[in-house]
Amino acid sequence: MYTVAFPSFCVHGPRHEEDIMDLVRREVEKCDRLGGFFNMMSMAGGTGSGMGTYITQCLRDTYPHSFILNQVTWPYGTGEVIVQNYNSVLTLSHLYQSSDAILVHENDTVHKICAQLMNIKQISFKDVNKVIAHQLGSVLQPAYTEGASEYNRNPLGDLMKSMVCHPEYKLLGLRNIPQMSETSLAYSVFTWPGLLKHLRQMLIANAKMEEGIDWQVRPPAGGLPPAEKGTHNKQLRFNTSLANLLILRGKDVQSADTGGFMDPALYTSWLPPGVASSTWRTPMSFNRYEKSATLVSNSQFLLKPLDGIVGKAWNMFASRAYVHQYTQFGISEEDFLDSFTALEQIIASYTHL
Amino acid sequence: MTQSIVVQVGQCGNQVGCRFWDLALREHASVNKKGIYDEALSSFFRNVDTRRSDGDNNDISGGKIRSLKARAVLIDMEEGVVNEILQGPLRDVFDSKQLITDVSGSGNNWAVGHKVYGSTYREEIVENLRKAAEHCDCLQCFFVIHSMGGGTGSGLGTFVLNVLEDEFPEVYRIVTSVYPSAEDDVITSPYNSVLAMRELTEHADCVLPIENQSLVDIVNKIKHMSHSGKLGAEIKQSSTIISGQGGVKGQEKPFDAMNNIVANMLLNLTSSARFEGSLNMDLNEITMNLVPFPNLHYLVSSLTPLYTLADVNVPSRRLDQMFSDAFSKDHQLIHSDPKHSLYLACALIVRGDVQVSDLRRNIERNASSLQSIMGL
Repeated sequence: MYTVAFPSFCVHGPRHEEDIMDLVRREVEKCDRLGGFFNMMSMAGGTGSGMGTYITQCLRDTYPHSFILNQVTWPYGTGEVIVQNYNSVLTLSHLYQSSDAILVHENDTVHKICAQLMNIKQISFKDVNKVIAHQLGSVLQPAYTEGASEYNRNPLGDLMKSMVCHPEYKLLGLRNIPQMSETSLAYSVFTWPGLLKHLRQMLIANAKMEEGIDWQVRPPAGGLPPAEKGTHNKQLRFNTSLANLLILRGKDVQSADTGGFMDPALYTSWLPPGVASSTWRTPMSFNRYEKSATLVSNSQFLLKPLDGIVGKAWNMFASRAYVHQYTQFGISEEDFLDSFTALEQIIASYTHL
Repeated sequence: MTQSIVVQVGQCGNQVGCRFWDLALREHASVNKKGIYDEALSSFFRNVDTRRSDGDNNDISGGKIRSLKARAVLIDMEEGVVNEILQGPLRDVFDSKQLITDVSGSGNNWAVGHKVYGSTYREEIVENLRKAAEHCDCLQCFFVIHSMGGGTGSGLGTFVLNVLEDEFPEVYRIVTSVYPSAEDDVITSPYNSVLAMRELTEHADCVLPIENQSLVDIVNKIKHMSHSGKLGAEIKQSSTIISGQGGVKGQEKPFDAMNNIVANMLLNLTSSARFEGSLNMDLNEITMNLVPFPNLHYLVSSLTPLYTLADVNVPSRRLDQMFSDAFSKDHQLIHSDPKHSLYLACALIVRGDVQVSDLRRNIERNASSLQSIMGL
């Protein structure tokens, strides 16, 4: 089945809806207890973005009380597909309506991780996908929530509870350390304070990986009125968070002190840090790393890339380039404008955190 | 996997088409060692059991290759070229029912091709196309190959394009048009070209214009490289894009070198649709991504490398050189200078052992030197 950009939303989606929902239903029936749906797709192409969005909508309609987490791959900035910005805009605006949370992986970031941290010379898509899979695994593998004595039965639900408290803020980012090649791993030693310090700075300075972290960026001093706080933060390039989830895996995990993440300066003023920050732990190590820490955060980290994509899409739309390809299959100019409006709204909300 | 049908019209169209089928067979032969009729083959060929004589219903899917028939319709108003194909080594690849011929030709007159032969042969053409389409599970694209300067290719070729749009509106029409060069032998070629161009603008999804002069230049460049200096010794003769060696035909004929280039271009264009890869690009993605506005669907194509060296390992430097060459004016199949023109859209189709990181690096390197309108 070959598709053309977003037309798969209008053409192939409905055509195959019955078969797909049938398959889904069979899988759901096999579950004792349905935790939720985890959809994986890209934003740039046709099938992933268009069909993925359509299916998410169908799932939402059919299973209104289930959690839906969409894992979305953000395309390379230099471009994979010429109309990727259109597809991204349409995808994000539609997903916001039907999905509970959108977990974003940026191809550029993962590519850099492969090049600089993993030291891979000739990076193939297999390498990139391996890194993404590792990061996802570090979140979804079993862990204990705070004070629990049994493994978490409902990871997706708890993830949503911790991270997505407000329907306007659904964009989640992942940072996982350490990440390095096999050869380097043999010579490295990790401590929880070290890992947590790095993660915290990565969050604050909006560093996407464990290299090139700007240690100059600091959280603002307390006591500033909210209006001034916004501009102050912008000057500092400080990344304000709405919610953070720490997942710690490995040896001596109980001794790890996550106090640094409870600092109210990290968070927006209308959510107390007690609620905004949570931690899961497990003494089981993950994927050959003796100690590993993952941070899932709902913060301003995606503001710049999002703004970039919307800007480029708008430029293209101004000349109506390629729009005839979309209108041919059922997406009108009105739909485009609605999507742009929705995204501008999201950008504004995150800017004023 | 989807199927495509090639419609070759006129002398030029049929000669280029002939080279295309020859090279396609060669390509599949080198990949498909076990002789199994697989998905890749089915995109351009049917697997037919010729021992059965019940006409059209003898297609076999899967299993060993019995007899391959090209998914093609050959149209020419003169018998010379088509007869030669039928007597040559490719005769078994074509079914006699796939041919439409007449005797006297179009006299280099677009009107004769389009209006006179068009109306005479319309039903037969529709019938033929319909039959070819019925043999396909999922027909995605028609490739029309023709020239713009003559009478049949230009006139009847554009008539066929109209028919395709009427009868198969949802199937893409990708047209490969050979434009006349300055030293063209047909005096009325400007008229024919202009009349045909209007049809192409209105009825084709995508046009790949090719200029004879550029092909000649490329051929000369390769011959020069092969015969001169130490580099000459390192070039694998049979792997230049002008070479038909390893294919079905024995001796090379005059226009063969040039036609091989066009055939190679078509093969490479469709390779992603036929073979697997880590980042597949289907034919409809070409028509989608490269056509920002409906009438602006003329694509300039280029090929690299023109020849491979005897040493198979391609170091990064050479790979990077290949990317740069793709944008240079010496490699374009039509006289144009990409570096000094404005890009609306650009697609890079890569075959072989190339990784994402190579792509990224080269795109970043080259994109800055191109002026482009969309900031992509």
